Amino acid sequence: MRGNFSTITKMVSAGMVAAGLLMSVQARAADDTIKVGILHSLSGTMAISETTLKDVMLMLIEQQNAKGGLLGKKLEAVVVDPASNWPLFAEKARELISKDKVAAVFGGWTSVSRKSVLPVFSELNSILFYPVQYEGEESERNVFYTGAAPNQQAIPAVDYLMSEDGGSVKRWVLEGTDYVYPRTTNKILEAYLKAKGVAAEDIMVNYTPFGFSDWQTEVSAIKKFGSAGKKTAVVSTVNGDANVPFYKELGNQGIKAEDIPVMAFSVGEEELAGLDTAPLVGHLAAWNYFESVDTPENKKFIADWQKFIKNDKRTTNDPMEAHYIGFNMWVKAVEKAGTTDPDKVIDAMIGVSVPNLTGGYSTMMPNHHITKPVLIGEIQADGQFETVSQTPGLVMGDEWSDYLPDSKDLISDWRAPLSCGNFNVATGKCGGKGTN
Amino acid sequence: MAKTAKRPGEFLLQSARTQNSNSSGIAERMILLRALGLMLLFLLANLLPANAAEADLRAIIAKFAAAANFSATETVVRELAATGDPLVERPLAALAEGDLYVRKADSLVFVGREGGDSVELLDPLSGEKSGEAAKGDITKIKVNNTLRRVIRDALGTLTLRAKDPAVRIAAAATMFKTPDAANIEPLDAAIAAETDANVKALFEQARAASVLVSDRPEADKLAAISLIGARGDRDALSLLTSVEANSQGAVKDAATAASGNINSTLAFWDAGQNIWYGISLGSVLLLAAIGLAITFGVMGVINMAHGEMVMLGAYTTFVVQEVIRNSFPGLFDWSLVIALPLAFLVAALVGLAIERGVIRFLYGRPLETLLATWGVSLILQQAVRTIFGPTNQEVGNPSWMSGSFDVGQLAITWNRLWILVFSLCVFALLLYVMKRTPWGLQMRAVTANRRMAASMGIKTPWVDALTFALGSGIAGIAGVALSQIDNVSPNLGRGYIIDSFMVVVFGGVGNLWGTLVGAFSLGIVNKFLEPYAGAVLGKIVVLVLIILFIQKRPRGLFALKGRAVEA
Amino acid sequence: MITGRFFAAGADRRIAITIFILLAAAIIVPLLNLAVSPASAFYVPSYIVALTGKYLCYALLALALDLVWGYCGILSLGHGAFFALGGYAMGMYLMRQIGSRGVYGNPLLPDFMVFLNYKELPWFWYGFDHFWFAAIMVLAVPGLLAFVFGWFAFRSRVTGVYLSIITQAMTYALLLAFFRNDMGFGGNNGLTDFKDILGFNVQADATRSALFAASAVTLALAVFVTWAIVGSKYGKLLMAVRDAESRTRFLGWRAENVKLFAFTVSAVMAGIAGALYVPQVGIINPGEFEPSNSIEVVVWAAVGGRGTIVGPIIGALLVNAGKSWFTGVLPEFWLFALGGLFVAVTLFLPKGIVGMWDAWRGNARALRAASIAEEAGTDPDVPAPPKIVRSAARTPGEWSTSGPEPQPAE
Repeated sequence: MRGNFSTITKMVSAGMVAAGLLMSVQARAADDTIKVGILHSLSGTMAISETTLKDVMLMLIEQQNAKGGLLGKKLEAVVVDPASNWPLFAEKARELISKDKVAAVFGGWTSVSRKSVLPVFSELNSILFYPVQYEGEESERNVFYTGAAPNQQAIPAVDYLMSEDGGSVKRWVLEGTDYVYPRTTNKILEAYLKAKGVAAEDIMVNYTPFGFSDWQTEVSAIKKFGSAGKKTAVVSTVNGDANVPFYKELGNQGIKAEDIPVMAFSVGEEELAGLDTAPLVGHLAAWNYFESVDTPENKKFIADWQKFIKNDKRTTNDPMEAHYIGFNMWVKAVEKAGTTDPDKVIDAMIGVSVPNLTGGYSTMMPNHHITKPVLIGEIQADGQFETVSQTPGLVMGDEWSDYLPDSKDLISDWRAPLSCGNFNVATGKCGGKGTN
Repeated sequence: MAKTAKRPGEFLLQSARTQNSNSSGIAERMILLRALGLMLLFLLANLLPANAAEADLRAIIAKFAAAANFSATETVVRELAATGDPLVERPLAALAEGDLYVRKADSLVFVGREGGDSVELLDPLSGEKSGEAAKGDITKIKVNNTLRRVIRDALGTLTLRAKDPAVRIAAAATMFKTPDAANIEPLDAAIAAETDANVKALFEQARAASVLVSDRPEADKLAAISLIGARGDRDALSLLTSVEANSQGAVKDAATAASGNINSTLAFWDAGQNIWYGISLGSVLLLAAIGLAITFGVMGVINMAHGEMVMLGAYTTFVVQEVIRNSFPGLFDWSLVIALPLAFLVAALVGLAIERGVIRFLYGRPLETLLATWGVSLILQQAVRTIFGPTNQEVGNPSWMSGSFDVGQLAITWNRLWILVFSLCVFALLLYVMKRTPWGLQMRAVTANRRMAASMGIKTPWVDALTFALGSGIAGIAGVALSQIDNVSPNLGRGYIIDSFMVVVFGGVGNLWGTLVGAFSLGIVNKFLEPYAGAVLGKIVVLVLIILFIQKRPRGLFALKGRAVEA
Repeated sequence: MITGRFFAAGADRRIAITIFILLAAAIIVPLLNLAVSPASAFYVPSYIVALTGKYLCYALLALALDLVWGYCGILSLGHGAFFALGGYAMGMYLMRQIGSRGVYGNPLLPDFMVFLNYKELPWFWYGFDHFWFAAIMVLAVPGLLAFVFGWFAFRSRVTGVYLSIITQAMTYALLLAFFRNDMGFGGNNGLTDFKDILGFNVQADATRSALFAASAVTLALAVFVTWAIVGSKYGKLLMAVRDAESRTRFLGWRAENVKLFAFTVSAVMAGIAGALYVPQVGIINPGEFEPSNSIEVVVWAAVGGRGTIVGPIIGALLVNAGKSWFTGVLPEFWLFALGGLFVAVTLFLPKGIVGMWDAWRGNARALRAASIAEEAGTDPDVPAPPKIVRSAARTPGEWSTSGPEPQPAE
C-alpha cells in the first residue's frame, strides 16, 4: 500500500503511471483496514530527525499486524511528507484525516509543526500523538504528548547538576537555539534557579539561530563565564544540526566535562552518531530513555529495530521510545473502547498503562501527558550514554509549569466532568488566567 | 617480579572481595580461599618484602568491586590516592577513562581494553595481560564527572615527579586549578628537584595558588598574588576572583589590583581573539565561496547546486574514513589527505556531468541556469539522503587537527588553523591556474569573448566543461575541510549557499581577489559584531551592510572595469 | 513597437477567459461545497477548497513576481518576504481577534507573549485589532519596504545578479529577524491558533469558501490590473527597460522610476496574496521568509511561462498541485520528481508551458514577441531562432535577458 516502504520502492521502479493505477486500485480495497497516519518530514531540514520516527512507526505497525492486527483488522500506514514546511504540515494533516480517514496520526517534531496542526485536529476531531520533548504550556483534547514536559527533563537535570554527584554547580550558562522550546525552558529554569538561591549574575542566557555553525565566540564566552571561580555548567537547549559544530568546538577549545559540563536536552544517540565522542566524554544529557538502558524490553526493541532497518549500527533514541509507548497505548485504548471512534478512544486513553523500555510502566494521565522516569546520562566514547542518575520514581508530565507566573494556577484534566485543558484552580473556571 | 606477583595478588584480591561480599551461599569456600589467601600473603610477605605495599594496593583496588555508588567509588579512589604510591596511576587513569572492569564471576578488578566483542583484561597494577572476557561477563565501574575530577586531582599530586615533562606540566596545571594547602609540601619538594625552568615556574605558580588557600602569613600570600598576577590568564583570574571574595585587608586589595590588571590585558587579547575568529570564519567563507567564484563569478552560471558539491566532498571524506576505519585503521591520520583528491574527482565528475547534461544548453541565459541548478540541487540532496540516510554521518578529526594551542592568551584550535592554511593554499593554487597556465588563459579567453576564442582554435565546449568541473572540484575539496567543523548531512550545502553568494557578490563577480577580501572582511565584521549584538543580530547587521554596500558600489568591491560588463 | 499590436490581439481573449474562469470558480466552488450534499458526485470537500484557496494565493504571488521579472527584467529572489509581511499583518489582526480565548485567557496579549513574560503589548501591535488598520498595513508594509529598497537599489543602478542577490539578502535578514523571539512576532512558532476573521469562525466551511472566493476574485482583479499595466504605454516602457535599459535611459526616460513603480505594485500584490493565504492555512511563521521559498516562486513563474499573464498562474497551480500529490504518493522520492521537473522545464520548455502552447498553436511568431526572450525591436518577420541555442557565456554580471543570440561585447 502506499505508505509501505518496500511497496513504494517497487512502485517507483514500476514507474509513476503504474503507481497511480496501483493507488487507485488499493484505495478501493482498503475498507477492511484501520489506517494510521504518519506525519513526519522526510525531506528538508527536519528529515534528519524525523525520518527515523517514520521508520519506527512502520516497524511498530508491521509488528502489530504480525500479532494479528487490531480489532480483527489489519493496520495500514499512510505516510506523507510535510517536507519540514509548517503550513504543509497542516495541509497534510487535513489530507490524512479528511481524505484518508486515518484513525490516529503519529507525527510532528518541532513545536511549530505541532502548533500548525493543532487547529486541524480539533476542527476535524482526530487524534495526534506527539513524541518529542517540548516546552509544555499546552494541553489539547485531541493531542497526546508522549515526549517529556519541562519538568520531566529540565528540572531533574538541573537538580542533578546542583547535587554533590553532579558537581554542586553554582554558575549557569543557558545556551539555546532561538525558538520557543529553549525560550520557555530557559524561562522556567531561570525562575527555578532563582528560587533555589542562584544570583542573577550567575546566570548567563544566550541564543543562537537555527543551524548555527560558527561557535567560536560563544564557546569562548562560556569559557570566560566559567572562569569566575565558581563551578559552572552549561544547560544546552541547542537544537539539531547546530549541535555537531557546537560540540566539535567545545572539544577543540578543550572544555572538559570535569570543568564545565554541558547538559543537553536535545542531544540524543542520533545526534552523537555524527560525532567523534572521545573528546566529549562526561558531557551530559537528560532524557527518559537511553539506548544503553539494560532491560530485556529494550534489548528486544533494539534488535527488532536494527533488523527492520537492516543496519546493525542504527541507534535508538528517546522520541522513538515515545512512539513505542504512544503506539502501544493507542492500541490498548482502541481495544478497550472496541472502536477507533476518536471520542471513545480519547476517553479510553486516560489511565492506559503500557510497559516502557526502561523497565517500568508509563501511564497516560488525565492531562494527556504520560509518566516517565528521568535519566541523566554521560556521553561515552562509543557514542552512547551511560546513566549516572535516575529519578527514584516516575515523574508525571506537568503541562503548565509551576515556575511561570501565568501558568502556575492552571491545570488540565480531560476527564468528565471537568474536561478542560486550562482549568484555573484559583478562579475555579476553565479558560486560563483571565485578566491579570 | 610483576609476573610472580600476579597469581598471589589475585588470590589476595579475591579474599578481600569476599569480605565485602554478602553472598553467603559459598561461605565455606570463602573461608577456604581466605585462609589460602592469607597463607599466600604470609608466604609472599616473607619471600618478597617489596610486594607488601603492592598487596595493600591490591586490597584497596579490590574494594572497587563492592562500591555500589559514586561516593563509595570516590572513597576508594581517595584511599588509593592517599597511599601516594606512583603505581596507582594505572588503575586510576583507567578508571577515569572508564576502562576499569569487575569480572562478574569472581569480582576481580581489571583494566579492560576493548576489541570487538570481547574485552582484553589487564592487571590493574602491572598492566600484564590476564585473559579475555566477553562483554556480558564483566561490569564496568561507572564514573561521572565529579569522580573524574577527583582522580585528575589525585593524579596531579602523584605525577609531579613523572619523567615526561608534559605530564609534569599537566600535573602543575591541575594543581593550579585545585589549590589545596596540603599541596604545598609536595610542591616544595618537586620544585627543589625540578630541573626544567618552564616546569619549575609552573610548579611555583601552583604552589602560590595553594598558599592562597592555606593559613600562611599575609606576606607569603601577597607574594603569591603577585606571582599569580604575572601569569595573567583566565585560570589566574578565576583564582584571584575567588581570593578576592574570601579574604580581607591587604590580601583582598592586592587580589583586586591583580585581577584588574589581568582584566585589562585580557580585554586586549579579546580584540585579538575576535580578529582571529573573524579570520577563521573568513577562511571558511572563502572555502565555501571559492568554487562558486569560478562557476558563478567566471562562467556566469548561477550555480544553486554549488552547496551540494561541497556536500559531496564532505560525504567523500566520510566514505574514505569509513573504509579506513574498517580496513586500515593505522591510516586514519592520513584520511583527509587521501580524501582531498578523491573529493575533487567526485565533485568534478558530477560537475562535468551537470555541465554536459544541463548547463551547456543554457549559456547566455543565466536565469535558466538558476532554475536548472536548483532542480539539480534538489535531486543531489535527495539522492544523498536515499543512499546514506538522512542522519548526520561521523567524520572524525585526525589527531593533527584536534585540540588547541595558546599564543599568549589566545587559544588557537588546530582545525581552524589548518583550514585557514588550506583555504589560502587553494586560493593560491587557483590563482596560479587561472593566471599562469595555458588552460587558465583559455578559460579567461573563452569567458571574455567566446567567438573570438573559438576562432583562435580553442575548443570552447571543452574549456566550458573543464572550467565548471574545476569549480565543482574546488567546492568538493572545500567539503573535505568543512566536514571537520560542521555536520555531514544532506543539508550541509544549504547552509553555505547564501553566504557563498554574498561573498562572491560583495567581492565583485569575476574577481578571485575580490572573493578573498570579501570573505575575510565579512568574517571579521561578523565576529566583531557577535559579542555585542549576539549571533543573530550580528548576522542581520552584516546582511544589511552588504545591501547598503552594494548601493554604493553596485558591482562589488572589485568591479570588473571596461565596457564589456555593461549589458 | 510593432510587436505590441500582435501581443494585444493574441492575448486579450486569453485574459478574458482567465478572469471569467476565476470568477466562475469563486461562485461555483463554494456552492458545490456548501449547497451540495457530501454524498453527491459534485461535492467539493472542504479540504479541496482550502487547498485550492492556498494555490490561488500562490498564483497571485507568482503573478506579482512575473510583473517585475517577466515584464521588467528585475529578478527578485525576495518576493517571499513581501508575501510573508502581508501575511504577518493579517496574522497580527487574527491574533488580536482571539482575545481572551487564548489558553491563558489574557484579553490583550497573545499566548506566546504571556509565556515569554511580556507585560504589555509592544507598540507595533497597536491598531491591529481593527480590520481596516490591518488591511492598510497589508498594503503599506510590503509596499513601503519595496519602495525604500527599490528607491535605493534602482537609483544606485544595482542591476542583474547584484539586485537578485541583495533581494535574497533582504529576505534572509528578515528571516533571521523574525526568528528572534525578542522581535515580538512569536519567533519560530509564528502566529497561529486563529479563531475569527471579521467575526466569522475561520474554521467554518462557509468562511473557508468565502476566503476561497475572495482569493479567486482578488486574483482575477490582479490579472486585470496586470493586464492593464502591461497593455498601457507604461507597460511598453517596462518592457523597454527590460530589453534595453541603457537605451531607454538615453531616450530620456527615468528607468529607475519605471522599475520602482513596478516593484512597489508587485510587492503590494504579494502582500495581499500573503494576507489571503494566512487565514486559509492557519499559520504564519518565519519559514515563509526562507530564500528557497522565493526561489520556488521564480520556478512557478518559469514553469508556467514568464512574461505572460496566464503562465505564472498555471505554473503556480501545477507545481503546487504536483507537490501536494507527490508528497502524499511518493513521500520518499518526490524531490527527485520536483528537481527533475525544474531541469526538464528549463531544458525543454524554455518559455514555460504557455510559451510552448503558443508555439504549438502555430501563431508562434506573433506571440513569441510577447514572450520575454525576444530582443527589443526584432522584426517579427525574421524567423525565430531555435528554442535551444548555444550562445556565448557572457561576461560576468551581465543579466539582461535580451535573447538567446550571442551579443558582441559592444
